[in-house]
Amino acid sequence: MRLFKLLLPLLVLLLVRVAPAHAALDPAVLQPLAADDYDAKLAVIGKLVDIGGPDALRVLKALSDDALAVAGGRIVVIDGERVVDAATGVEIKPAPEDSDGITINNYVRRRLDDALARLRLFAPERATRLAAARDLLDHVAADMAPLLGRALATETDPQIKALLALADAQASLKNPDAAIRLAAVKTLARSSDPSVVHLLAALEDPKTEPDERVRLEAGASLRAVKSRLAFADNVGRVFSGLSLASILLLAAMGLAITYGVMGVINMAHGELLMVGAYSAYATQTLFARFFPGAQDAYLVAAVPVAFFVAAAVGMAMERTVIRWLYGRPLETLLATWGLSLFLIQSARVIFGAQNVEVSNPRWMSGGIQLFADVTLPWNRIVIIGFSLFVLLLVWVLMNKTRLGMFVRAVTQNRAMAGCVGVPTGRIDTLAFGLGAGIAGLGGVALSQLSNVGPDMGQGYIVDSFMVVVLGGVGQLAGAAWAALGLGVASKFLEGWLGAVISKILVLAFIIVFIQKRPQGLFALKGRFVDN
Amino acid sequence: MSIQLTESAHGSGGEQAATSHLLVPGELDLSHQVILYLDGISVSFDGFKALDDLTLAIDAGELRCIIGPNGAGKTTMMDVITGKTRPDAGTAFFGQTLDLTRLTEAEIAHAGIGRKFQKPTIFESHSVFENLELAMKTDKRVRRSLFSVIDDQTKDRISDTLRLIRLAADADRAAGALSHGQKQWLEIGMLLMQEPKLLLLDEPVAGMTDEETERTGELFLSLAGKHSLVVVEHDMAFIEQLGGKVTVLHEGSVLAEDNLATVQADPRVIEVYLGR
Amino acid sequence: MTTPFAIRFLEATPRKGQAALAGFAALVLLLAVLHLFAPPGSPLHVSGYVITVGGKIMCYAIVAVAMDLIWGYAGILSLGHGVFFALGGYAFGMYLMRAIGHDGVYQSSLPDFMVFLDWKELPWYWIGSEHLAWALILVLVVPALLALVFGYFAFRSRIKGVYFSIITQAMTYAFMLLFFRNETGFGGNNGFTDFKRIAGYAITTPDMRVTLFALSAATLAATLLLGRYLVTSKFGRVLTAIRDAESRTMFIGYNPLWYKLFIWTLSAVLCAIAGALYVPQVGIINPSEMSPANSIEIAIWVAVGGRGTLIGPVLGAFLVNLAKSWFTVAFPEYWLFFLALLFIGVTLFLPEGMMGLWRRLRGRIAA
Repeated sequence: MRLFKLLLPLLVLLLVRVAPAHAALDPAVLQPLAADDYDAKLAVIGKLVDIGGPDALRVLKALSDDALAVAGGRIVVIDGERVVDAATGVEIKPAPEDSDGITINNYVRRRLDDALARLRLFAPERATRLAAARDLLDHVAADMAPLLGRALATETDPQIKALLALADAQASLKNPDAAIRLAAVKTLARSSDPSVVHLLAALEDPKTEPDERVRLEAGASLRAVKSRLAFADNVGRVFSGLSLASILLLAAMGLAITYGVMGVINMAHGELLMVGAYSAYATQTLFARFFPGAQDAYLVAAVPVAFFVAAAVGMAMERTVIRWLYGRPLETLLATWGLSLFLIQSARVIFGAQNVEVSNPRWMSGGIQLFADVTLPWNRIVIIGFSLFVLLLVWVLMNKTRLGMFVRAVTQNRAMAGCVGVPTGRIDTLAFGLGAGIAGLGGVALSQLSNVGPDMGQGYIVDSFMVVVLGGVGQLAGAAWAALGLGVASKFLEGWLGAVISKILVLAFIIVFIQKRPQGLFALKGRFVDN
Repeated sequence: MSIQLTESAHGSGGEQAATSHLLVPGELDLSHQVILYLDGISVSFDGFKALDDLTLAIDAGELRCIIGPNGAGKTTMMDVITGKTRPDAGTAFFGQTLDLTRLTEAEIAHAGIGRKFQKPTIFESHSVFENLELAMKTDKRVRRSLFSVIDDQTKDRISDTLRLIRLAADADRAAGALSHGQKQWLEIGMLLMQEPKLLLLDEPVAGMTDEETERTGELFLSLAGKHSLVVVEHDMAFIEQLGGKVTVLHEGSVLAEDNLATVQADPRVIEVYLGR
Repeated sequence: MTTPFAIRFLEATPRKGQAALAGFAALVLLLAVLHLFAPPGSPLHVSGYVITVGGKIMCYAIVAVAMDLIWGYAGILSLGHGVFFALGGYAFGMYLMRAIGHDGVYQSSLPDFMVFLDWKELPWYWIGSEHLAWALILVLVVPALLALVFGYFAFRSRIKGVYFSIITQAMTYAFMLLFFRNETGFGGNNGFTDFKRIAGYAITTPDMRVTLFALSAATLAATLLLGRYLVTSKFGRVLTAIRDAESRTMFIGYNPLWYKLFIWTLSAVLCAIAGALYVPQVGIINPSEMSPANSIEIAIWVAVGGRGTLIGPVLGAFLVNLAKSWFTVAFPEYWLFFLALLFIGVTLFLPEGMMGLWRRLRGRIAA
């Protein structure tokens, strides 16, 4: 390290030699900064922007960070212990005894921020330029046009170039040349930024836009932008609908086994979700204590933990209570409601009545930005994928394994299954455990999206029953489609009518739907169905 | 609002004061001597054709036996006649005017079709007496039930039937406590209390002793003429006792129709029962 | 046809039942007199708390009997009866809110919560709510209409068993969400409270307390008499027949739709009356009364007492709610555990409730 420090000035010198464009700034340009005249300082900022290059950027950054000072008549950058000549970037040795900080007011600071953003447009790193282009797009001013023009000329990256073109078009809207305005309006048709709507709408007014061709073109562009925005909006809604659907599906899939296949009405199903979510919380806590280095992996471990904990709770429920109530659905309903109260209160006693914090691992935070204001968060994307994975898993389990075959045999003809040697009692327990375990998986997914608390399961029981009923009892595919339909439909309704009304409408729809098709979307028809 | 028909069809006067010709047993149009006419009935469950273009006519006062192997469509046919299952195609007429495919179960019962199930279905927690009382032909709307009192006439009717089905001594016992054969008889008794024009009897002697079976046969024979009976049975001796025409169902349609001896000699029937 | 209906109505209740009702009336009278006339210091004094809790639980008992008529006798388990109770309460609460007049916090002619929402006039459905008679009509008609429409569609499509239970739960859940909204116009989260008077009389006086207490007792007694008449009539026999073998009742010519609809609507109206009596006694009504948990708790009162009997639900309502009052003071942490065990224990070990246990014990003693 020391060697490097020694070599650094040399390296800087070399760079200066090799790249003459990076020649040091003229100290005279910077000198007005030392004065107490803010206008003079503004002028310097303007000049530095025109000059451009890393040195100008360095000085402006220092000014913005309040690191610029006057020492011995020279403008210097104070960098901790080091003092660097602002114009050349060369360290001054020995460091001057005292220095006088250069101050700026808020007005200057705003202009300075702009200036920095503009300079960043020419930074060598793509990410810096992209961020700068986005920043600029948020507050385009008419006087940026020349700068944007230059940036456009040198920029090679297509994504940044598109952003710059939009910014340039916005800046050109005030151009006195009608042809330039027309071109700008045409370019803006490609925008998906909500703020562009106001700009274009203003141009439709003859008072602000004298040229008729521009006005017409603005109208066309406005329609294009609006339809793109509407599309983005719909994409956003479809996505949140998918996300809701994935949660509904995870909640309902376990129920599709316990209720749909076994005919057990389990009011404590929501609480099994809660058990799964608390399992994730407990896993997270254990990882924080024993494997702090692998904190982000806790979620992967939480999946099997939640499955087995919830399955164990479910099997215990089946063994102790539900088993004795087969064939008495209304009693089962009441008893399992009792179980749900028991689980809720247990969670309160063990974990406290307050919600607990389950955090997203780092690899699940952030998201994909599709449009200016539509971002698809990673955690939701992961959960959609996860729900599909669980769906596949359940399908394989029920259709391709011995356990699944036994479960189907027992539910179709218990006595016969018993006669051919299927251990019906054990199959009941295992099948119930499977349904409960899947609910636990749903709980892990929920813990990544919403609060984890003792009451969290209560909201899901009605919803997941609706999915199972809508899809048709015993139909896995039906449950999946019903979850999808309900999820997307309720998100769209929410957009138009608000969350509560949409929820009420969905419930009302299902009540009406059951009138028309009591057997659900995909149910079997036959003479055995109604008895 | 077809449901409302039952409600409005029986005015305050009970049996006679009806206005709708559709639902009044007294107006059942038997001008062509046919009480039940099924024409081209088809029913399918998930691709399985339970009834396939079934055509069948029962004369007024006739006692008809229906036989056929399992899955031939006997029970489904009864479901169609009593309104439990709606056919995919075809018509079912009761008399000349009543389209059974448009009526509800209760309306069909009022029109005069009584049904006995394969498995005896009675009200197990009610007494034998109450079972018959509930079945008795009367105004069965809510308002009448709320204010009805059991009068002497009703009591007489019920005790007549109790004697007929040999349950007079068990009148106050819970129906659920009866033996299987007694339950069968109670159900037949309930059917008689309904005073139906047409009785559908699904395996009425299953689980009865030989003596009970014979007595049931006598009862049915005494009913024929006044009522029309359709009996689904497997017990050939019983069918022989009843005499009358026999219809053989196979794969949802009529395979043969004649007296028992002829049917039993029919090679196609033998093939269906014994072949393959 | 010869015996007048009123006599038949009363005769439906056996001697022992009539004696029990007379005893009940005497007890109610005694409590009322002791509350009003025994001085607060004396050992005979009955506190306002006892009267209020007694009145409240009697309202619950009415709900329990109503629930039993539909569940115990018709085999239809409703998990949405709380909605009828709450609607009755809200309908009467509207009157109570209007009766506050200008004495609210904002001294406006509008209820306080509307002033808070910056509403300038009453929504249309509040018109007439200042009249007691109209409020009483609303108490009966609104829940009856809801029950009628909901029941008609549900029973017509032959929705039964667990399906019916679940959609009634969905219904009460939907109503709860609806009433939680401020825009619905029923006070949102907070509902109605701070009542001042009924028909000009202050609501917190001992006289009013005793009046409401006695009214609740009278309604409970009337509900029991009505229930007794219904279940011993032919109507009741048809109802239990539908419960036990619905298809058989159809094939002998009964249309279950109307029978179910009648008892369902009647049950809803009884709940609504109970709700209307309940609100002035506890002094508040809010949407949490419509939460699914509340409705399902009604079922456990009935189950504990013994369904299919009329006295069982009354016993159950008293036992469970007294236990709740005691637990939530003494061991608040354990109330839910107790309730949970009640749900599980009763369904597993006492399917016929206390009344069934009593019958079995008596049978054993007799044997």
